Amino acid sequence: MNVPDATGDTPDRPVGGASSDLPGQLPDEVLDCLGQRCPLPVIALARRLPELPVGAVVRVLADDPAAAVDIPAWCRMRGQEFLGAHPGPTYHIRRTH
Amino acid sequence: MPTEAIAWADVTSSPVYLDAATAAPLHPVARQALLAALDDGWADPDRLYSQARRARHLLDAAREATADTLGVRPDELSFTASGTSAAHTAVLGGLRGRRRAGRVLVHSAIEHSAVLHAAEQHVAGGGTAVEVPVDRLGRLDLDAWSAAVTGAEVASAALIAASHEVGTVQPVEAAAAACARVGVPLYVDAAQLVGRVPVPSGWSVLTASARKWGGPPGVGLLVVRKGTRWESPWPADERESGRTPGTLNLPAVVAAAASLRAATADAAAQATRLSALVDRIRARVAAEVPDVEVVGDPEHRLPHLVTFSCLYVDGEALLHALDRRGFAVSSGSSCTSSTLRPSHVLEAMGVLSHGNVRVSLHTGNTEADVERFLTELPGIVADLREQAGVTGL
Ligand SMILES: Cc1ncc(COP(=O)(O)O)c(C=O)c1O
Repeated sequence: MNVPDATGDTPDRPVGGASSDLPGQLPDEVLDCLGQRCPLPVIALARRLPELPVGAVVRVLADDPAAAVDIPAWCRMRGQEFLGAHPGPTYHIRRTH
Repeated sequence: MPTEAIAWADVTSSPVYLDAATAAPLHPVARQALLAALDDGWADPDRLYSQARRARHLLDAAREATADTLGVRPDELSFTASGTSAAHTAVLGGLRGRRRAGRVLVHSAIEHSAVLHAAEQHVAGGGTAVEVPVDRLGRLDLDAWSAAVTGAEVASAALIAASHEVGTVQPVEAAAAACARVGVPLYVDAAQLVGRVPVPSGWSVLTASARKWGGPPGVGLLVVRKGTRWESPWPADERESGRTPGTLNLPAVVAAAASLRAATADAAAQATRLSALVDRIRARVAAEVPDVEVVGDPEHRLPHLVTFSCLYVDGEALLHALDRRGFAVSSGSSCTSSTLRPSHVLEAMGVLSHGNVRVSLHTGNTEADVERFLTELPGIVADLREQAGVTGL
């Protein structure tokens, strides 16, 4: 597991780490998919998540409205954990297996 | 014109048309009736000369036949210029007729855009719309529905009889019972049902669209049951019992009525045949296309319609690839809509919205059409995934 300690100061990590679904944590990886049309954000997530250790959390930034439906649906189909969505729009996903 | 000359094969030859839920190919009976009525039904039915009387006779006969098919009274039925305008009229007229009761419209999250746009206009004018969710199969949350219609100041409720996007049939009679308990009139959009499966009971207002059953485009049905508080939202016009203004396209109305009767007579047999083909599509797509989500209720569904989404595939690219191979289908993916939003129906269900395909069958579709589609689809999807570099993800 290399989920970072929330209290640790990690300047190379993006701002806005703490959120209700990620209490006191920062994501392990941020995928900036702003401006990308679906299914590209889902493809980016599907490529990256398996490269991270089990337990790692990815934050996806995606402004295509379809991402709000397709990222949770992908997590359900792949058995990964969808932690939540936030304004931004931002999505948090945890690798569970 | 002899029927043989206008057989199904001519309208559906080589390309395989699988988008009946948008518009079914013109039924041979509709074509015959249309051609005859072009000669006999061009005059204004409201005038006092013999040509007008002939037109009046055609209109009355069309109304009686359609009312009879639907099991309603002729004076409860009005023809409209489309399924869309029938839906607008149903929603806005229901709200207007009950404005003393309140200004709240209750509707499901998966209504057709025609209903949602009428609701938007109502809200823009100061009214309220309450949306009731569906589950992952696209079934109405009945508890939430009952609670919503029981709320304060509810003027009317709108429920689609069966989803035009995913085929899930809604619990209309239970929803109607909840409305009846609190005296709220229910409007049912039955566009995907009429001419295919029996229409449920319990509603106060119902609409349909002729092009869905093989009638011509540009004819809708609006039924307002006797005793329903309903008032036309349009400027006054005495035609069609004052419910829908404007001169009707009488030849198209005659064709719609004739084809509804023919489609309904054949509906049970077609439902059995098409439902088996849809079962085959559901099973084979799930088994033979990797990473696909077949959506909608597998049992409580329309006989002719099936929807699935292919992971990592761009919906527009998929539609174009299918079109190049001669398959006409539609899609709820965002990249295929003018608004660039995913279908609100797929969104409300929480199912994958990209790579989405809706297949809907009509009477002219054969088993061979479906087999050809099922044989070609896995390769088409695999090619697109390969081009996008997402194979094995
Ligand atoms: C469920 C439903 N309601 C209403 C309509 C509107 O009918 P039309 O597009 O023929 O005006 C359609 C078809 O688009 C439909 O499928």
